[in-house]
Amino acid sequence: MTVDIDKTTGPADTPPAGPEAIKAIPVRHYGRYVSAVVALALFGAVVYAFSQGKINWDAIPDYFFDDRVLEGVGKTLLLTVLSMAIGIVGGILLAVMRLSRNPVTSTIAWFYIWFFRGTPVLVQLVVWFNLGLVFEYINLGPVYKDEWSDFMTPFLTVLLGLGLNEAAYMAEICRAGLLAVDEGQTEAAHALGMSHSKTLRRIVIPQAMRVIVPPTGNEVINMLKTTSLVSVVQYSELFRVAQDIGQTSGAPAEMLFLAAAWYLLLTSVFSVGQYYLERYYARGSSRQLPPTPWQKVRANMLSLGRPKGGMA
Amino acid sequence: MTEKLSKTDAPVKQAAVPMVKAEGVHKSYGSVEVLKGIDLEVKQGEVFCLIGPSGSGKSTFLRCINHLEKINAGRLYVDGELVGYRQKGDKLYELKDSEVALKRRDIGMVFQRFNLFPHMTAVDNVMEAPIQVRGKGRAEAKERAMALLERVGLGDKAGNYPSQLSGGQQQRVAIARALAMDPKLMLFDEPTSALDPELVGDVLDVMRDLAESGMTMVVVTHEMGFAREVGDSLVFMDGGVVVESGNPRDVLTDPQHERTKAFLSKVL
Repeated sequence: MTVDIDKTTGPADTPPAGPEAIKAIPVRHYGRYVSAVVALALFGAVVYAFSQGKINWDAIPDYFFDDRVLEGVGKTLLLTVLSMAIGIVGGILLAVMRLSRNPVTSTIAWFYIWFFRGTPVLVQLVVWFNLGLVFEYINLGPVYKDEWSDFMTPFLTVLLGLGLNEAAYMAEICRAGLLAVDEGQTEAAHALGMSHSKTLRRIVIPQAMRVIVPPTGNEVINMLKTTSLVSVVQYSELFRVAQDIGQTSGAPAEMLFLAAAWYLLLTSVFSVGQYYLERYYARGSSRQLPPTPWQKVRANMLSLGRPKGGMA
Repeated sequence: MTEKLSKTDAPVKQAAVPMVKAEGVHKSYGSVEVLKGIDLEVKQGEVFCLIGPSGSGKSTFLRCINHLEKINAGRLYVDGELVGYRQKGDKLYELKDSEVALKRRDIGMVFQRFNLFPHMTAVDNVMEAPIQVRGKGRAEAKERAMALLERVGLGDKAGNYPSQLSGGQQQRVAIARALAMDPKLMLFDEPTSALDPELVGDVLDVMRDLAESGMTMVVVTHEMGFAREVGDSLVFMDGGVVVESGNPRDVLTDPQHERTKAFLSKVL
């Protein structure tokens, strides 16, 4: 019973003749060819316009792997990863606090989210940077004592600024994830004698991850780009480095394109990582895991070898 | 009031103390009163069936037994100990969550909708609580889990995720999961209501087998055949009260109460 029906087949006009395979002319989609041609033409026009502009394109490959640029990329990555780590850990903590039956913790979490979500991250960064106006010294008794400005390096400032702000957003994402897990799961775990914290850790959070990961991937990519804001507090990450080089080398616009290309490259890499992470947390939820791109390629190669089986 | 804490004795040992004892149990959600004074006793080693129309409060009562629901009035005892509270003199003290959890270890529960952990394989579902709650080693827990899955007829499905199992298979894994904690009491909340008719039999077979091993079981069910065949006692509930109780064979064949007659005439 191998009836080969093409995906794009319209209503078959030949009646189903037992085991004989259907051979029908597929519907032609002329609109697709037309729109593809139009899109390509528009894209070509944009590329042409840029290539004719007063931009010294050669400057971009010259500086693409410049030591300063690479260092800026490294700092951008480090900042992204660390502030997201703070954001995720803080976010889970805040989400659990907000959903807790303890009115004190849930109020604290509510207040935190209200504050950090309600003020622009750029303003928060500048405030962190200037917090020395409020706290002249940092004094942890016998353990640690120093001037605020020595303690709060630009790196720590931006890390806290971005991380704590992110935690507020992650908290809402995590809360949505925790709420998405069926209540029966908590009941079953409790009925087995598991404590609240074990139930959360072993049963609820792993299931919540399926809901949490996609928007978190979004947040990571957002964070990668938001790190460019920290150039305002003198931290030399990718964007700031690009601006600096642009000013000294006389190619400011070119360096902005360079920065954009690097950001695009990095976000693409993160997207791939997100795909595999989502696949990991999908285990058990769908009967068959979606194939990895590599598995897809292999499957296609195999089917090419066989005479039968749909091409494309 | 602290005779023998959380020991998984074989049932029937202390025949004097009823496994479950309810005295005037009331439960309301807001202004809706779901249980209006339930008095009943489940003896050790007994299969106790709760029947009644939906909304009669039978599931709610079952959930009160392991304190998934808090009762508003009356007293509920499991194995001689108050559920959810500690009594000192004439004052009641609420138990801490950790103390409630300690007591729940000894009470297995099977849900209408299985509630297996979907991110774990069947064998991991069964191993989870013994490892996490009883602190057993992985190897020991796994061996026991495999034996239990074998017992419910699913030894070959150990590595499957719940989504790859049929409803009847999932429910049998859920029973194995509850048994892995060596409970002294098993609660069944309509265990076959969410199943295709042809899968009901497998689950009932496992439950019958369990009853024969001497497990104390409280079963909320619509399976009158099971109640008649396996049950030792039966209670018919309606509108939050016990309408009629007794030997299942007597109650089901010769109900005394009008309401019971009306209900049974519809389901039998």
